[in-house]
Amino acid sequence: MYMSRAARYVLATFTTLVLLVLYFPILYIARLSINKARSYAWPPQGFTLQWWRAASHATGPRDALFRSLETALLASAIALVLGTLASFALTRYRFFGHNAVSFIAVLPIALPGIVTGIALNSGYHRVGINLSLFTLVVAHATFCIVIVYNNVAARLRRLAPSLEEASADLGADIFQTFGYITFPLMRSALLAGGLLAFALSFDEIVVTTFTAGSGFETLPLWIFNNMFRPNNLPLVNVVATVVVVLSIIPVYLAQRLSDGALGASGR
Amino acid sequence: MATTTIDPVNVRGGLRRRLSRVLYQHPRLRLALLLGGPIVWLLVAYVGSLVALLVTSLYHYQTDPTGLVPRLVTSPSTTNYQRVLDAGVYRTVAFRTIGAALSVTVIDLLIALPVAFYMAKIARPWARRALVVAVTMPLWAGYLVKGYAWRAMLDPAGGVLHEVFGHSPGFGLSGTVVTLSYLWLPYMIIPIYAGLERLPNSLLEASTDLGAKAGRTFARIVLPQLRPSIVAGSIFTFALTLGDFYMAQIVGGTTQFIGNIVYREFSANLPFAAAYATLPIVVMIVYLALARSSGALEEL
Repeated sequence: MYMSRAARYVLATFTTLVLLVLYFPILYIARLSINKARSYAWPPQGFTLQWWRAASHATGPRDALFRSLETALLASAIALVLGTLASFALTRYRFFGHNAVSFIAVLPIALPGIVTGIALNSGYHRVGINLSLFTLVVAHATFCIVIVYNNVAARLRRLAPSLEEASADLGADIFQTFGYITFPLMRSALLAGGLLAFALSFDEIVVTTFTAGSGFETLPLWIFNNMFRPNNLPLVNVVATVVVVLSIIPVYLAQRLSDGALGASGR
Repeated sequence: MATTTIDPVNVRGGLRRRLSRVLYQHPRLRLALLLGGPIVWLLVAYVGSLVALLVTSLYHYQTDPTGLVPRLVTSPSTTNYQRVLDAGVYRTVAFRTIGAALSVTVIDLLIALPVAFYMAKIARPWARRALVVAVTMPLWAGYLVKGYAWRAMLDPAGGVLHEVFGHSPGFGLSGTVVTLSYLWLPYMIIPIYAGLERLPNSLLEASTDLGAKAGRTFARIVLPQLRPSIVAGSIFTFALTLGDFYMAQIVGGTTQFIGNIVYREFSANLPFAAAYATLPIVVMIVYLALARSSGALEEL
């Protein structure tokens, strides 16, 4: 449709402004992590690396970092296996309950995190399992399955079945076809799904609140527990910056791998 | 692939070969092996827990005659649901939460429409891809970090908003709505952008050729075509706000959402927390049913 130069200019300016607003808070925290002053008041004052140094020696953030990494790695590993299996089943087969299964897979991210959280918590409670790393990993894996599923299923739908048929016609068995044809073609989708699952788990706090044992602080929980203590704010700024960097790197890599299939179905 | 040679003599032998043949001949078995793990996991860990939660919501605590020790009554009753409906405070909180979810959705829609339009129809193709990445990235950059950042920015004492613009909504309901709108904005931009990208330019040109001005083309051609995308985006903004309770704690001052009540009651009175938590589920089911009828679910 015809738009005047002025209208285009207005839209471009508006978009630029929105992008600035999207990035400002994140960059502001990164800037605060090297701020001389202890408070988060505007404007920032001076530069120092002392908070980064302090944070690297503090045990709280370091323990939390390792717990978060541990949880995210285990959860995304489980999600990779289950999500891939599910994507094969749901893209390659039509069966009774097909829609129900895909619905159930999306539920953990479609329902509010607090519902998933207290449901899993009361589920564990009922069965008599105490909260621990195990319960946290199970919870995270549950909502990560659909992330892997989305990525892998998108790739499988685009894969021409003729390739696998040709492989079978040439005498390859099911495992050879998978190993030589299908797997190499879906590898990057798997990697992308795994990275996104990792990032999602690393950043998650709501379900974590209800499924991590008391005293088991992940990085986001550590931030929350310390952001109301003025003395700890400089450390919070550093930890927050670390969280941003550690979740954005895998997502950036995933974005490059997933040929743009990474849509809004983030969580 | 060139290194694979299949020995025609041994084609019949080998455990793997035989297993492969069995699998090949029995698609149902293949399906069962593929689906078994994920289904058991999701049913046992997740659906089982959801059912347990629903059952729990039918329990209630009863104070014994001495009035000291609350006793858990496990015979099913709708006591908790009655309380949700009867007590004014729970109704108020529910309406406040739904109102906030609607406000966030509308704010995000108003911001996302022009941005997505610029991205899909005006920006050059190379910029388009960069813009999509630029908009998606912040989604993953620490939910809690962004909440904390807004706490720093909204603070009436020294926050950026107050210092630079001279006014800050401060910590309260409006601060929470602003923060949540910020958090979920990309969820609205991306589906609308995808919808606009699919919309052929020829339709817009035809409308212009027939004499429609930009505003009219937008209202009569673009918006109706975008409906499923808008609904898809709104599912995210609406659902995520409905279940949120951290932002109310971080930037909300004393503001309480459904999630905050659930969180508070969770340790004190789990059956009631469970009953109250079904409220967002019911609201979402209604919302999804409406969305389904508009064909928006394929957008997700």
